[in-house]
Formats: sequence, structure tokens, C-alpha cells
Amino acid sequence: MRFVDEYRDGAAARTLAEAIRRKVTRPWTLMEVCGGQTHSIVRYGLDELLPPEVSLLHGPGCPVCVTPVAIIDQALAIAARPGVTFCSFGDMLRVPGSAEDLFAVKSRGADVRVVYSPLDALALARELPDREVVFFAVGFETTAPANALAVAQARREGLANFSILVSHVRVPPALEAILASPQRRVDGFLAAGHVCAVMGTEEYGPLAAKHHVPIVVTAFEPVDLLQGILLCVSQLEEGRAEVENQYARLVQAGGNRPAQALIGEVFQGVDRTWRGIGPIPGSGLGLRPAYAAFDAARRFGVEGVGGPESAACQSGQVLQGLLKPMDCPAFGKACTPDHPLGATMVSSEGACAAYFRYRRFAPVEAL
Amino acid sequence: MCLGVPGRILDVQEGPLRLGRVAFGPTVKEVSLACVPEAVPGEWVVVHAGLALERLDEAEARRVFESLAELEAGWGERP
Amino acid sequence: MSPDPTALACPRPLRHDTVQLAHGGGGRLMKELIEGVFLPSLGTDPAGLHDSAVLEAGSGRLAFTTDGFVVHPRRFPGGDLGELAVYGTVNDLAMAGARPLALAAAFILEEGLPLEELAGLVASMKAAADRCGVRIVTGDTKVVDRGKGDGAFITTTGVGLVPAGVEVHPRRVRPGDAVLVTGDLGRHGIAVMSVREGLAFETPIASDCGPVHHLAAALLEAGLDVHCLRDPTRGGLASVLNEIAAAAGVAIEVREDAMPVDEAVATACEILGLDPLYVACEGRMVAFLPEAQAEQALALLRVHPEGAGAAIVGRVLEGPAGRVTLRTTLGTARLLDLLSGEQLPRIC
Repeated sequence: MRFVDEYRDGAAARTLAEAIRRKVTRPWTLMEVCGGQTHSIVRYGLDELLPPEVSLLHGPGCPVCVTPVAIIDQALAIAARPGVTFCSFGDMLRVPGSAEDLFAVKSRGADVRVVYSPLDALALARELPDREVVFFAVGFETTAPANALAVAQARREGLANFSILVSHVRVPPALEAILASPQRRVDGFLAAGHVCAVMGTEEYGPLAAKHHVPIVVTAFEPVDLLQGILLCVSQLEEGRAEVENQYARLVQAGGNRPAQALIGEVFQGVDRTWRGIGPIPGSGLGLRPAYAAFDAARRFGVEGVGGPESAACQSGQVLQGLLKPMDCPAFGKACTPDHPLGATMVSSEGACAAYFRYRRFAPVEAL
Repeated sequence: MCLGVPGRILDVQEGPLRLGRVAFGPTVKEVSLACVPEAVPGEWVVVHAGLALERLDEAEARRVFESLAELEAGWGERP
Repeated sequence: MSPDPTALACPRPLRHDTVQLAHGGGGRLMKELIEGVFLPSLGTDPAGLHDSAVLEAGSGRLAFTTDGFVVHPRRFPGGDLGELAVYGTVNDLAMAGARPLALAAAFILEEGLPLEELAGLVASMKAAADRCGVRIVTGDTKVVDRGKGDGAFITTTGVGLVPAGVEVHPRRVRPGDAVLVTGDLGRHGIAVMSVREGLAFETPIASDCGPVHHLAAALLEAGLDVHCLRDPTRGGLASVLNEIAAAAGVAIEVREDAMPVDEAVATACEILGLDPLYVACEGRMVAFLPEAQAEQALALLRVHPEGAGAAIVGRVLEGPAGRVTLRTTLGTARLLDLLSGEQLPRIC
């Protein structure tokens, strides 16, 4: 596949690993923000290629993982209603709420369907006028344009049977929360490439300056991640703290204006609670009053629904880079992808799932 | 879920969703091009959740590998 | 490649064009169904029918297997439910080193299934059975109410003869064995998914649905010391490797750059978020045999069209027992674990 395979080339990866080795003179701790980046790192064993001075922490960049238990419970309540066709991305099906998950509700007869896009859910709403079609709108800013488009289009067509359950979160407030934490151990960030493709890189300038941390916008393939790490480590060695763009083939400083306009039309900033972390002001997106009719939580009256988090689950610590998955007492024992305690073990982008799936043993030496 | 896949635009249908057929290798899928209003057939985009996020800049894509070549040249050989 | 169902010889006209409850009732309508649809397609003489088929088996060992088939949709690029039901069971017999002898087929049909479609499925089964040199010698039909059965489910049971001296079983796998696959991976799962998810391919991906018993026979008849054979279906190659590693108490290491995957399949996997090593095949075989015989095995497999894409993908190691690892294209290693949950439901 063009624009993919070349970024998985072993020789290029080894060149970058060597460059990083030659550059570092002391220990540095970097955090990659996006769950997709975490998976790529663990899946390709990139941390095995890095010199011992460079440590990677995995950040909260998994929107599935940070969706609060209460919102999962709301999703379950809506999905269980007769007449509802509940559409969701695949990985939400096994994320546990306070008692069970969407898969369990589906197995009791609820119409729960996996879709790859909110536009697929919109198409279903047109095809099934007698059903209430609800889309579980979980995501960062990357998915917000598609969700905004679906809602805007539903209003344009006067579709009365379409609504979305919103759990959108924004990256910059989460980075701010991590940077402001007294336990912070992060020296530099690899920012989420596709979030920045939509929103641009301008929001990160003030963060980099205020906290004196380099922030390198990075793509997802092994060569990209290693190049992002090289740029970040170079800044740290040289005492710089700037925003740099490794993903220049897709990301522009101003981001994608039509996408931002769509988001701005439909969504507004709201406070959000991050599962395992707690409330972060202004860290979410919610529907604007003009689009309130498409808010599934309101339509189905489930706004007050929700139960407590599992006490044994430490995903909040994992999401802030304060705990490695293998160091959690429940990892691989009480908590596995088949019976997860928290979302990080079941999401395709969750750090715990990545380690369980790819690295449940001591690394074998690289060739 | 944050992952996007690069594809080449085959054709465009104007309209509120601005749909287009995009080829990912031999696979063709219909996606929304609403956020890339200037994109035309033949151009590459990255698609996420059924929507093209942005156009790919081929010159910048090459630059990643040009900078690797510069690194290696600086050392005198490949490691 | 299914034969044209409208070209069937049908001795008497059928009164209905869809399956009725009474077709499963044991009475006149069921007799009509058997004699009008099943027997003509399967080439069985109505006069020989009895409660059981009796077969000549000699005094050797029998291989015995059964499988249920619930694939959705029932027709997909490269095959259908009927072919799957025959090849799946024939292949399972071959994985024990057996020569397939005969099959039984049990049908659970939903009221309302078009008889023309049923006839087409049965004709596919007959064509597949002929290609494998086996006969479908006995069967059963039940009909369930509309809404209780989703069209058609088929269970096939197979019996085969294992030649003296042939011992093909996971317990024979040992450290130092080479791991071979007979062709490119993940076709069947992607072929079915592409229809379900509405992915259009400029050249449609066809399932690899097909027999591998002749590939197994080619290796055994050449006198190779085949330790174990397995046909990867649900869960793909990775699941087979994990099962064998656990059963044999060995470790297996495979190389990502050695895996044969068609470009269209790889691309579809990227889009759907799937790993081709976990995607179902339905016409492939994994073979474990001594490293020293691996090249000869490849040559024997590649003679056949179904084995043209055969490749050596890895090797068996001492331990730790049950662990399967993958060397990535970067040279690093990661686990190739058992999959959790259901990646692709109703795939076979």
C-alpha cells in the first residue's frame, strides 16, 4: 500500500534508531498521546529499537478508554430500548460499564450494529424509518467532523429518527492536565497526527512555551514514530521547546478549515469527565442548542443514568503515564480482553490491550 | 480508531456530502469529501471513519526519506 | 464456481417454490423434497435408501469428523454454503492423514427458503464432492418456522481411511520443524466481509474455498515425514499456530516478511482494522515437517494450482511451551496471541 508500506521499512527504521542512539546523552521520557501510536509502538516493538536512555510513556489518547462509565451505562440503557437500532464502532462493544457491556445487551436481543462511520448510521436511519437509529459518537477531534457532518445532514434532510450519544474529548486540555500534574514525568510529547490534521498545531504553541516541553506532531507508522522521537529528543538535547511537525505530508499549521467549520457549526466546548482521570474543564465537545434535538441522551431521557467505576481498575493511572500496564496487579489475571475491568484492556487503542496482545513476555533481542 | 488510511480519489459527486469513490489499492470505497472541497480525481487523501480528513502532500511524503538519506550521508554509510 | 441450478434433472415437478414446514414432517412433502431436490443432485438411487449407509472400510483406522456451517451470506465471491460444507469436512479428514471416504449431510432449513436456492446449494455440494472423489451417502432434513432459522444451516460429518503407518498429529511436532502454508492468507474472511460491508473491489476478492486433501496426499505419498497438518479456518493462521504450539508443548516463531498475503486482502484488512493472520481461510493447509524436507515439500505443493503460493513461514522452537511469536519487518519480536472475542461472526 502506497504511503503506508514505505513507512514500515526495516532499513529506514534502523537508520532512525541509530540516529537517536547517536543523539542522546542522558535519559529522556517521552509520551505519545494517541492510542493508535501506542499500538504501533508495541506492535512493531519500537521500544526495543530505542537506546535505554529513551523511555516511552503511553498517554490518554484512546477516546474509547476515557469515555466515563456513566456514558457507557447510558448507551446500554438506550440500546436496550425496543425500537432502537444502536450503532457503534466495533471496539465499544466490549467496554464494560458499571455492570456489563453492549455485547451482553446485544446477546439479549437488542439491535446493536457495528459500523465504520457515522455516515453508515445515517444511511441506516434513512433505510429504517420505523427505527430510532442512535450512533455512539465517541472520539477525539479526528472523528468530530464526520459526526458533525452526519448531524448537519440529518437536520438538512429532516430525519427525525437519527440521534447521537456524544462522548467527544479534546486533546490539548488533557495534555495541560498531565503537564500541570505534580507527578508529571514527561519531558516531551508526540502529538496525535490525525487530531492535528483536523485542528492544526496552533493550540500546542502556548502549551510548549508555558511548560517548556517540545511537542512533535507525529504520524502512526514505525518510520514516522521513530522520526518523531528523533526530532523530540534532538530538541531536548538542544534545550529547545517548540512545536514541530513530523506529519507535514498531511498536517498544516492551520488544520483543515472546512472540518473546523463543520465542528463549530454543530458542537461547542463543554466540561467532560475522563474515565479514570476525573473532570477536565473545557475538555469535551457537546451538541449546540440548535442541534439539541439530535442529542440521544436527552431524547431518551438517560442523562442521569450511570454507575461507579471499578475500584480494581487502574486505567486512569495508565492513561496518565503513571503506571505501565504490566505493573498493574490485575493485568493478565483478573483483567484480560475477555473479561476486562476497564476500557484500556479492550479498546483497539488501549495501552493494556496492546501489551496483553503483543508483549506478555520479556522482549526477545532484535536481529 | 484514530487510524486513517491513504487512498486515491477516482471520482467526485458534488452535493452536501460531497461523496467520492476512493481507491485503497484494489479496493474501492465511497467516502465523504466534504472536508476537502478542492480535492480532485487523482489526488491522495487520508480517510478516517468514512470521511477524507485532508489531502496528502506527496513532496512532503518524500521528504521523510530524503532526510533519512541525509542522515546516512552524514555518517558515511548505513548502520 | 457453482453449477447452474436450473440445469438440474428433476423427475417430477415440485408443488411449491419455497421450503414449507411440511417438507420436514416425514410425510409426502418430505418424500417429494428428497426425491425432487436432494437425490437427483446427489446422484443417489432412491431404491438404496435406508436409515444408515453402510460402507466398506477394511480393517484399518478410521478418521471421523463433523462440522456445522452457518456462513452469512450463503453465497459469496468464490463459493457458497454448500461447497464450504463439503470442502470443510473433506479437509478436516485430510488433516489426519486420511483418504476421505464418505460424507453425511444434515440440513436445517427455514420455512420460506426458495427451493431453487436449496437446489443450487445441493448442486454445489455434489460438484464439490465429485471434485474430492467422495460421495454424500446419507442425510437428514428438518424445517423450522419462518424467523427461527436464517435460511439454511448445514452440518456435514465425514469418515475417511488412514493408511497404515501414517501418523499425523500435533504430538509429533518437534523443535526444528519447518512451518509451511500452501497459499495466501485471509481470502475467505475478506471475501465474505466485502459482501457484508459493501466494499467494492475493482477485481472482487474470491474466497479460497476449496479442497486441500490432494495437497496433503502429495506430501504423504512422496514419503515425507509429515508431523502435523491443519487447515486454518476461523481465527486464521495465528489461531492454528497457537493451537498446535499448546497441543505439542512447543514454541513457534514465524516471520512477517514470509507471510503470503494478496495486496487486495491486505488493503481490505487495513480498512476494516483486521490482521490478515487472524482472518479465516477455507482452502489452505499448514504443514509441520522436518526442516530438511521443507524445500522438497514446497516443490510438491507448487505443482498444484491450489498450492502455487506455498511458502515456508517459520519454525518450531523448544519453548516456552505454547508461545507463538512473530518477527516483524523491523526485526523486532512480538507475541502472535490467541484472539479475544469474535472478530468476524458467521464466517464459515
